[in-house]
Amino acid sequence: MSNAGVIIAGAAETDEVGRLPSTSTLGLHIEAARNAVADAGLTMKDIDGIATVSAPGPVQVAHALGIYPGWVDGTGVGGTSFLLHVRHAAAAIRAGYAKTVLITHGESGRSRVGAPPFRGDPASPAGQFEAPYGTLGPTTTFTIPMLRYMKEYGLTHEQLAYVAVAQRQWAAKNPRAMFRDIITVEDVLASRMVAYPFHLLECCLVTDGGGALVVTSADRAGDFPKPPVHVLGTGEASETPMISQMLDFTESQMFRQAGQRAFAEAGITTADVDHLMIYDAFAHVPIYGLEALGFVKKGEAGPFIAGGNTEPGGSLPLNTNGGGLSYTHTGMYGMFAMQEAIRQIRGEAAAQVDNPQVSVVVGNGGMFATSGVLVFGKNPRS
Amino acid sequence: MPPRAKAAPAPTPETQPYWDGAAAGELRIQRCTDCGVPYFYPRPVCPSCGSANVEWFTASGDATLYSYVINHRPAPGFEDEAPYAIAVVQLAEGPRMMTSVRGVPATPEALVLDMPLRVAFERRGDVSLPVFTPVKESS
Repeated sequence: MSNAGVIIAGAAETDEVGRLPSTSTLGLHIEAARNAVADAGLTMKDIDGIATVSAPGPVQVAHALGIYPGWVDGTGVGGTSFLLHVRHAAAAIRAGYAKTVLITHGESGRSRVGAPPFRGDPASPAGQFEAPYGTLGPTTTFTIPMLRYMKEYGLTHEQLAYVAVAQRQWAAKNPRAMFRDIITVEDVLASRMVAYPFHLLECCLVTDGGGALVVTSADRAGDFPKPPVHVLGTGEASETPMISQMLDFTESQMFRQAGQRAFAEAGITTADVDHLMIYDAFAHVPIYGLEALGFVKKGEAGPFIAGGNTEPGGSLPLNTNGGGLSYTHTGMYGMFAMQEAIRQIRGEAAAQVDNPQVSVVVGNGGMFATSGVLVFGKNPRS
Repeated sequence: MPPRAKAAPAPTPETQPYWDGAAAGELRIQRCTDCGVPYFYPRPVCPSCGSANVEWFTASGDATLYSYVINHRPAPGFEDEAPYAIAVVQLAEGPRMMTSVRGVPATPEALVLDMPLRVAFERRGDVSLPVFTPVKESS
């Protein structure tokens, strides 16, 4: 397998994230794309590959930008899709199918301007075998494994709440974060119950925003205004289209498999990781991610986070933008997790950690359905 | 505004025997006649070995409570029931399925993981929907 180097040459979010009722979903794609291409010092004429999810989809986004690409990827597997786009773009660049790939995300998740309607198909497996029992989106499904985990490993409600507490400490350092006030475990447990055992502050935000990346080959690393961020390793895996069919409610196979693939390609172990982003649609997802990727043993992630290891000053800085719980979560958050990892490697994050060399991003799509994992580095693979 | 209806399943040819079974008061699932593994949800190929030699059978209806949430933001039609439990049960035969637990309060105290349950059926639109109820302690 060719493993010629691939870099992130440009990366940017929309000018603002949060409440943006005057911009449509497509408009957010366009704004993010323009910002990322400008960040790379390029123009749209330099882009020959495009990747994004439907809707609006890669054809619409490319056309709106005046791009007629020679490589198109519309992989749409939820919030982790953009991590898979990076992996697929790396393969395409190595194969010579494209030279400069633009990956875009935009979502009017809160204001729902020009956003696709929520639809459930009653003839789909989920429509037949889950929806009749009163499911209504991620709060009612993504959350279901947690009580089983808590029984098996003794994780407490206080430890689950502390995930939100730790991440708020990072958000407090980030002026773009929607929620920045320091909170306590008591605050979390006193917030409104959404789906027991999850309180409101253990559920992600719902916001508007976007982000985009420009991916190209590492032999062009010196051609751009910003220092390159090297794509050292990539992995992907899928597990289940329905939460009821997750193989084991106490662990995520997709996180483990995607992580193993990415770490093997990068030639790293957990000890090499200086900075970590784990998709946090809900407070339990970082717990599953830490354990699946082997940062801690099974059952240890709750105490690890509650022990302060992932908050400012801790040994493993995690979700340093504040995460989906406190920074922003448009619905498909993976793009923002990557943006923060790239800012950290570049040294331009709001809550900058000390000179990270390797950052890992763990993406989730659907309800423990699909994962992409990326290893970013300040330097090429040694 | 008229009350909204709860979501009702739309059977497909591959799943019709499951819903026919429910209408007859039976929980019918599938198993592979090559490797013997029972599975759920209905589909025409064994997820364990890939064989298309699969058959329907009537499960015991016995299950245990594997996990759940107590949902405070009701889906359409569930407004009068909130908060209500959305559960996943493990069938005695092995597969797991989502369901509702009836005949017990939707509280953490009443819903104890691994409690024994038994299948029951309730009407939903044109179909009969499998739900589960606690098994009473034998007297």
